[in-house]
Amino acid sequence: MARTVWDSTLGKKTVMAVSGLIMLLYLVVHMIGNLKIFFGAGEFDHYAHWLRTVGEPFMHYEWTLWLVRIVLVAAVVAHAVSAYQLSRRDIRARPSKYVHKRPRASYATRTMRWGGVILGLFIVWHILDLTTGTVHPGFRPGHPYQNVVDTFSTWYGNVIYIVAMLALGLHVRHGFWSAAQTLGAGSRTRDRALKTVADVLALLLTAGFIAVPVGVMTGVVS
Amino acid sequence: MKLTLRVWRQKNADADGAMSTYEVDGISPDMSFLEMLDTLNEELILHGEDPVAFDHDCREGICGACSLVINGDAHGPERTTTCQLHMRSFEDGDTIDIEPWRASAFPVIKDLVVDRSAFDRIIQAGGYITAPTGAAPEAHATPVPKPDADFAFEHAECIGCGACVAACPNGAAMLFTSAKINHLNVLPQGAPERETRVLDMVAQMDEEGFGGCTLTGECATACPKGIPLMSITGMNKEWLRATRKVSKR
Repeated sequence: MARTVWDSTLGKKTVMAVSGLIMLLYLVVHMIGNLKIFFGAGEFDHYAHWLRTVGEPFMHYEWTLWLVRIVLVAAVVAHAVSAYQLSRRDIRARPSKYVHKRPRASYATRTMRWGGVILGLFIVWHILDLTTGTVHPGFRPGHPYQNVVDTFSTWYGNVIYIVAMLALGLHVRHGFWSAAQTLGAGSRTRDRALKTVADVLALLLTAGFIAVPVGVMTGVVS
Repeated sequence: MKLTLRVWRQKNADADGAMSTYEVDGISPDMSFLEMLDTLNEELILHGEDPVAFDHDCREGICGACSLVINGDAHGPERTTTCQLHMRSFEDGDTIDIEPWRASAFPVIKDLVVDRSAFDRIIQAGGYITAPTGAAPEAHATPVPKPDADFAFEHAECIGCGACVAACPNGAAMLFTSAKINHLNVLPQGAPERETRVLDMVAQMDEEGFGGCTLTGECATACPKGIPLMSITGMNKEWLRATRKVSKR
């Protein structure tokens, strides 16, 4: 059964839709958590520490966090692998282009593939920057507030982050609605509502995430 | 009207093709696009040249034989079939690009004619119902609710021309396949094969080398019969349902 699902274009799309929705749910939680930075270093660092103790005493220290990480890595890998395989298939299915060119589809729709690649690269940088601190000069483990302020005090930190968040907004805008169609949840009466939810989600996520670097740049967060 | 045509010429499936430029004069705005091409071909024959090969049959917009990507649009600028497109949709002196459907599952046979038998094989995989032959059954024997009948008819309008594949940036046949599946799956007559139909037709669609759906909506915009994009959503729903049901057996 799993084999037939994975071999089918519709099955791969289903994998993309489900993994995409898992990541989207995480992003909403992540964005809300980030906004705590506007309430000072104490609250933000306390929240960051709490993320490691969630579920105690049932869960051991950091177990819940690692569980979430494992699910997220699985979702990213499943999403990327199916996207790669579907894209390869799509390009093979239309090898010769039309001589007469005309603009096709919306910007959000056309940028799904490259937008996805940008987001993938961003995730790698983001983890190396603020989780492991590998590419973060002067990284202080256990002091996320200071680390965030450091990152957004550099021009490249701001540029990478803001570009990625704009790409995220576009990706979510087409992705959320598409996932609903892939899972068969769309209908003519529900279409407007789904498109509105997609737009609102995209806007809120982009604005919510970008608020942090903007806060640092304007000195609201320091 | 005087027009400049840039037409895809390709001797056969194995030959390399290219755009060739032709001038046609004396075109009436009331001519259909195919009659305009007939005029060009008559001239080509008169000059001893090979006429442009293109598909056509009923010329009434109901058979699905005619094709052509005109100025980048499947079936041209109006939402209809090429045979029902009239030259009044163009201006005197226009340059018109005419190309065949482009998809690896629709190989070019000659000039503007492509092999669409992949569609036939998708139909063979499940686009039918099992019914005893003989006289037509009594009409009231199988009642169909009006909304279901309307839904089935909307999808039954698909004439299988392949404009959806031609317009899709991924060369996908999702709209065609979904129209056929939705048409039959909603009706009581199609119920016995409801699961196998969607699974087999989707598998055949993949087998033929069509691409996947990225929901750009190009197919539904190009469709001369107005099959809605939501048709694909319906197919996805049927496919997921059938996958669950079959795995339980």
